[in-house]
Amino acid sequence: MDINVFRGLMSVVLLIAFLSIVFWAYSKNQKKPFDEAANLPFADEHEDDHNQGASSSLEKKKHD
Amino acid sequence: MSTAIEHPTYNYKVVRQFAIMTVVWGIVGMLVGVWIAAQLAWPALNFDLPWTSFGRLRPLHTNAVIFAFGGSALFATSYYVVQRTCQARLISDGLAAFTFWGWQLIIVLAAITLPLGLTQGKEYAELIWPIDILIAVVWVSYAIVFLGTIYVRKTSHIYVANWFFAAFILTVAILHIVNSMAIPVTWTHSYSIYSGATDAMVQWWYGHNAVGFFLTAGFLGMMYYFVPKQAERPVYSYRLSIVHFWALICVYMWAGPHHLHYTALPDWAQSLGMIMSLILLAPSWGGMINGMMTLSGAWHKLRTDPVLRFLVVSLSFYGMSTFEGPMMSIKTVNALSHYTDWTIGHVHAGALGWVAMISIGAVYHLIPKVFDKKEMYSVDLINVHFWLSTVGTVLYIASMWVNGIMQGLMWRAVNADGTLMYTFIESVEASHPGFVVRWLGGVLWLVGMLLMAYNVYMTVSSKASEKAAAQTA
Ligand code: HEM
Ligand code: HEM
Repeated sequence: MDINVFRGLMSVVLLIAFLSIVFWAYSKNQKKPFDEAANLPFADEHEDDHNQGASSSLEKKKHD
Repeated sequence: MSTAIEHPTYNYKVVRQFAIMTVVWGIVGMLVGVWIAAQLAWPALNFDLPWTSFGRLRPLHTNAVIFAFGGSALFATSYYVVQRTCQARLISDGLAAFTFWGWQLIIVLAAITLPLGLTQGKEYAELIWPIDILIAVVWVSYAIVFLGTIYVRKTSHIYVANWFFAAFILTVAILHIVNSMAIPVTWTHSYSIYSGATDAMVQWWYGHNAVGFFLTAGFLGMMYYFVPKQAERPVYSYRLSIVHFWALICVYMWAGPHHLHYTALPDWAQSLGMIMSLILLAPSWGGMINGMMTLSGAWHKLRTDPVLRFLVVSLSFYGMSTFEGPMMSIKTVNALSHYTDWTIGHVHAGALGWVAMISIGAVYHLIPKVFDKKEMYSVDLINVHFWLSTVGTVLYIASMWVNGIMQGLMWRAVNADGTLMYTFIESVEASHPGFVVRWLGGVLWLVGMLLMAYNVYMTVSSKASEKAAAQTA
């Protein structure tokens, strides 16, 4: 294959790859999973309480 | 530091260690920055000693701020974020501890070898080959800990911040290993396996992607966790985050030649680098807009929350430097800006405005969390720190713009008979006021970091745990 044909094809392939990512990301199907994912930073907030629980038990031990 | 209690689920110890060292290395690196800034204004400060000469301290500054300060911030936040968004503990406490001590050892070795003049002579890859090997080992361990933790996650999704951190870790591993390929001849000396224009191209493929992945992708990972968290609302558009992630990492790789305009590099490669740099504006601004818009409906929080202000202002500087960068990539603009202080101003708009500010915001957010305190010791001090940093950054970049454009114009000015209008030393003399203003900006930054150290120390050493504070309230 001529190198320039190859370059042209590569450009087309990359363009299609990019557009596919855009279509995939903006498709309706992804709405719900993305919303879930977007909330992950808030999903483990009970861990902070957990931490308090652990520290308070240790606190109590200190006071004994 | 041992006052904090072990977290039952997460490994917070390594996060605490890296977070504290972020502050320590920030002070050290910026102190050296202030020193070399002062040397440029008052050359007597070289002290006529080889070890304290500008040429040896400059790489010490860049290594200390990028790899020690920025690196520690990235380790701390990536370990924190990956655990909390995967709801899983780091896969190996031992390996995580190894990355901490290994990284600190590398920094100490750098601080010894660079002033001694031991260097490979490649910018941002100065360290000699034995240290390079140690870096490779520590970095691969980091990749194992980080990716392994994603692998054992309890959540079904991989949060977007982890995508950015993972891209940063993997790419830096490849960049470092490829660019450091060398044949050792003694314990402290080696020859690169590349030569000539190929060597230059490999070096700036490395150098530019060090900017793109070390100083950008990793910090975008930070942004995607700490901005939503501090603003208490999910990121503006998760879809945009996916699209700009893939666009960013695909385009960055090709932009390196903009560091080599008008050199022996083939002309087509220079033009390709320029085009790719212009395209890079789009994914960069995608990230900035996504971060900024996360605050929509919560803008009022900026009035009371200086931590959020650090995070948001860092995004503005990110937007600014990623606008400036593509402009400077245009060959005719670069003909003016290259070799001048304009580049230095651009660097610090990114380094101080973006990298340092977002790291500081993130560290202020996580210190109380990982040390089990209710909040930072003093919010007012954070506010003072914020203003010192903002004013310091503005002084730095404004003085460098003025200097840079002036230098570029003076160097190219010619008389009617074709001779140069100015000698080089005349342009240096004309730069003196700018050098002094830049130094002042650096001093403000350094004072801010010292306030941060005090604030962190008081927070960490205070007796009140989060629970105790809640009880008294
Ligand atoms: C107190 C704050 C700082 C001061 C006063 C300062 C000062 C300086 C000075 C004087 C130079 C040499 C400029 C020249 O050769 O003309 C320099 C270079 C550099 N600094 Fe800083 N700096 C500071 C903070 C930082 C931070 C936080 C970072 C990164 C996160 C950083 C990254 C760099 C880089 C990458 C270079 C090399 C630029 C190039 O080669 O084009 N600096 N700095
Ligand atoms: C779209 C994004 C960006 C583009 C297209 C870009 C482009 C450029 C250009 C054209 C130069 C000057 C090269 C020369 O004349 O020698 C440069 C230098 C530099 N930029 Fe950027 N920039 C971007 C973003 C950033 C960011 C966000 C940072 C920092 C966090 C950064 C850090 C640097 C550094 C450290 C240098 C100096 C390299 C050296 O010569 O030592 N850049 N950049």
